[in-house]
Amino acid sequence: MIKLAGSLQTGNSDWLFKQVELELYSGGWTCLLGPSGVGKTTILRLLAGLETHGTFKGELKTQTCSYMAQQDLLLPWLNVIGNVTLGAKLRGEKIDQERAKALIEQVGLSEHATKFPRQLSGGMRQRVSLARTLMEDQDLVLLDEPFSALDAKKRADMQELAHELLSGKTVMLVTHDPAEAARLGDKNEIMDATGIQQMPAKKKKTILAPEAAETLKLQSNLLVALRKEAA
Amino acid sequence: MNRLGWIILSCCFAIGLWQALVTLTGVPHFILPAPKQVLDTLIKSHELIAWHALITISEVLIGLALGALLGALTALHLMVSATSRRLLMPILVFSQAIPVFALAPVLTLWLGYGIWSKVFMAVLITYFPVASNFLDGLRGTDKGFLDLATTMRAGRWQTLLQIRLPAALPSLASGLKLAAVYAPIGAIIGEWVGASDGLGYLMLLANGRAKIDLMFASLFVLATFTVLLHSVISYFANWLTRRAKGETKELLENA
Ligand SMILES: Nc1ncnc2c1ncn2[C@@H]1O[C@H](COP(=O)(O)OP(=O)(O)OP(=O)(O)O)[C@@H](O)[C@H]1O
Ligand SMILES: [Mg+2]
Repeated sequence: MIKLAGSLQTGNSDWLFKQVELELYSGGWTCLLGPSGVGKTTILRLLAGLETHGTFKGELKTQTCSYMAQQDLLLPWLNVIGNVTLGAKLRGEKIDQERAKALIEQVGLSEHATKFPRQLSGGMRQRVSLARTLMEDQDLVLLDEPFSALDAKKRADMQELAHELLSGKTVMLVTHDPAEAARLGDKNEIMDATGIQQMPAKKKKTILAPEAAETLKLQSNLLVALRKEAA
Repeated sequence: MNRLGWIILSCCFAIGLWQALVTLTGVPHFILPAPKQVLDTLIKSHELIAWHALITISEVLIGLALGALLGALTALHLMVSATSRRLLMPILVFSQAIPVFALAPVLTLWLGYGIWSKVFMAVLITYFPVASNFLDGLRGTDKGFLDLATTMRAGRWQTLLQIRLPAALPSLASGLKLAAVYAPIGAIIGEWVGASDGLGYLMLLANGRAKIDLMFASLFVLATFTVLLHSVISYFANWLTRRAKGETKELLENA
């Protein structure tokens, strides 16, 4: 059970959040939405065991994870294959080249496998970063806006790919896209200055079609809630 | 016209200026020799000059190699050991306040008139720019890359060798470029203070005996060598930088 409950103090009398409670959906997808700058990435960093700009007080139950940051963080001196296999290299483990190649193919970058990050577009870079995250075989997967730079078709494809490859894992997805949360989230949460609120989510564990009635219903629901926060 | 063409043209221009100065002012040849005279001396005394040049070039190359190696190792060591960093950084910075000129006589006293006192001067003068540039690069690694390494459970050494080190190559490269400029200065200072071989020694000797043409010929050889050295090191340094930024076609080992 992955859980976070507490406050993050960022100065003498400043808090990023005072009382936040979040419990991830075990073996499925939890989606976190909320206005820019509210602290979504910070929550993700706490769950990833990384340092934040404040002091966290409260309860934090987490485990080793595979973390895809909001920036693609591709190493410029390694080509696509080198970046995708980075984890094993950093741990001095044997590198599964076959699996890396298969993943690169699945994210649609076979033809670019030996290119360097500098030679790729923003969306291509994001897919390399996604492949690298999927390459890490961890039970907890934290994704910070992983599809934000993709075109509509690629985005839908990659959502389906990630959902398929991460089945059975506990996934937390930070996103600004209500449609994405509607399709993927087994549990949807909206974060605002006052805390985190749970929202309705799909009932079955399978990914919803983007055009399904249920998706559209959930999506508009989330959108209304998000617009209310802003007001 | 290409780059080489411009370089040749600019050399011709400089020589033309020099010749014009000599002709127009009618300055005596023992004050400022004409280009042709220097060329004649260069040809006539090429064996003498080559011998002394060989000594100086060895001093510079050995000094540069040792200085760069020690500098790079120091940076790596200071990167991993916070204790060493706190202990040694002030000493290193303070040591830079000592002009190397002032050290040259002592080095000659300790290491003798042979090449080692000059090599040591070159090491001293190249060591710091390499160490400090490289260390800055190693410590300035993008936080995001380090976070990535943390979540991937990379060990300290793997992080150093596979993340910090490649990310710091451009900084190491700028340190090396500086070192390539400084190394000949170190060696020449050493030769001026006390030597019986080397271009610095030959220049002093020629000057003392009013053989200004020989002095200029030696100076010309020294300058040519310095420019060549700088070009070669710059080429290597720029290649390192491009490689670290993924701008080269060559593939790195993907193991
Ligand atoms: N390293 C830092 N130092 C100081 N303040 C920071 C730092 N990182 C984030 N903040 C602040 O913390 C707040 C939350 O940042 P965070 O990155 O978690 O937002 P976010 O919800 O992920 O936003 P976005 O949707 O734009 O990515 C912001 O107000 C930001 O200014
Ligand atoms: Mg964010």
